Amino acid sequence: MRFMVLVPGSPESEAGEMPRTEALGAMTKYNEELVKAGVMLAGEGLHPTSRGAKIRFDGRERTVIDGPFTEAKELVAGYWVWECSSREEAIEWLKRAPFDGGVEIELRQIFEAEDFGEQLTPELREANARLREQAAQN
Amino acid sequence: MSPSATHRAIDAVWRIESARLIAGLARIVRDVAVAEDLAQDALVAALEQWPVSGIPDTPGAWLMATAKRRGIDALRRRVTLERKRELIGRELEILQRLDQPDLAAQVEDVQDEVLRLIFMTCHPVLSVEARVALTLRLLGGLSTPEIARAFLVSEGTVAQRIVRAKRTLAEARVPFEAPARDELTERVSVVLEVIYLVFNEGYAASAGEHWVRPALCADALRLGRILAALLPREPEVHGLLALMELQASRLRARVGRTGSRCCWPIRTARAGTICSCSVAWPGCGGPRSSTARWDHTRCRPRSPPATRGLGASRQPTGRGSWRSTTGWRRSPAPQWWSSTARWR
Repeated sequence: MRFMVLVPGSPESEAGEMPRTEALGAMTKYNEELVKAGVMLAGEGLHPTSRGAKIRFDGRERTVIDGPFTEAKELVAGYWVWECSSREEAIEWLKRAPFDGGVEIELRQIFEAEDFGEQLTPELREANARLREQAAQN
Repeated sequence: MSPSATHRAIDAVWRIESARLIAGLARIVRDVAVAEDLAQDALVAALEQWPVSGIPDTPGAWLMATAKRRGIDALRRRVTLERKRELIGRELEILQRLDQPDLAAQVEDVQDEVLRLIFMTCHPVLSVEARVALTLRLLGGLSTPEIARAFLVSEGTVAQRIVRAKRTLAEARVPFEAPARDELTERVSVVLEVIYLVFNEGYAASAGEHWVRPALCADALRLGRILAALLPREPEVHGLLALMELQASRLRARVGRTGSRCCWPIRTARAGTICSCSVAWPGCGGPRSSTARWDHTRCRPRSPPATRGLGASRQPTGRGSWRSTTGWRRSPAPQWWSSTARWR
């Protein structure tokens, strides 16, 4: 089963400050462990919200809201995608991450196609599959 | 935490730590069977103590310290009982190594040992069945009942295979070492054969309630990823990983309620393409990277039309895909392929 780990933003990440060498070193070591254990599928950091945007959907209307957005701790500053054998294993891995200072890191299980059940009709499955195949070749 | 929750957490810790623990201990005691016994003793101690004391902050170091303590106790007893001079000499040496205080370093710096352990559990002196059982047990962190369930054989059979495999390794005096450069390719090939066999058993399982057993495929993928991280310069490892990722991407389709075979989770399809592109450099022509090369043609606009979009990713079974690929390469059917007979 796959999990997404969501790392919240901070005033520093929103200000575009890069982590210090020490923190980068600790994170690199942690990532190396994840990779060498065959657990990590992906993981990236995100630019501050000042470089992003939100789009509000209302009927046919689309409103673009430029960043930055408020409430840094509710914003995502980075993520991982892991493959683990159980929720407990994902929790055990996350407990080893080099975070501190009261930060709360969120762990979420990723939906697989069968989780959608009958709502995902054979036609929709096929259409999705074709799109994914094309996307994988990009 | 409830007792069952603690046990699930201990299972998770074991899955993460067991390979490194056994590999680290094997480096010290120079005997995989003894190393596994000590690791199991530590697991039993954890199962007894952690539900009461809680899970320690560094469970890996705790398990290593406990295993070493058990090893020291057992050796001291034997040294007292058996007064044979040469035995004492050898065992005192191990005692000293076990007694070294640098626990944290020994737990953390064991990646090379994990690689040695892989080469040992996939050693050519062992039968194919023994390699599979021992690899899943020592590197995959699977218990004997779990392996037995996965392969639809009795627990006794698996236990026997593991016991015999350890005996064979001891009798053949297989050293706890990575192979020399000149035999590396050949030995890597044996390891890949074991991993693909596990994958294929999960993927193409013809017996049992389920057509595919995804857990076994996930175990093989994990072993493949571990190997790719430990041997990043071996194109054949990436080739096999790419093949497994592509085939795994169709797993869901095969077990889907509608019976549709077209469902391709994007991540594995993409991972397969990425892996295959990373190995498609000149001079690598092994059977596994040939699959990857085939896949690579899908990324290139000038590939011959006959090869584009055909082959592994659209074939209904893993076996067919491999043959179609090697056929395209005009290379003879790879030997290791024909040797990957069904496990049972």
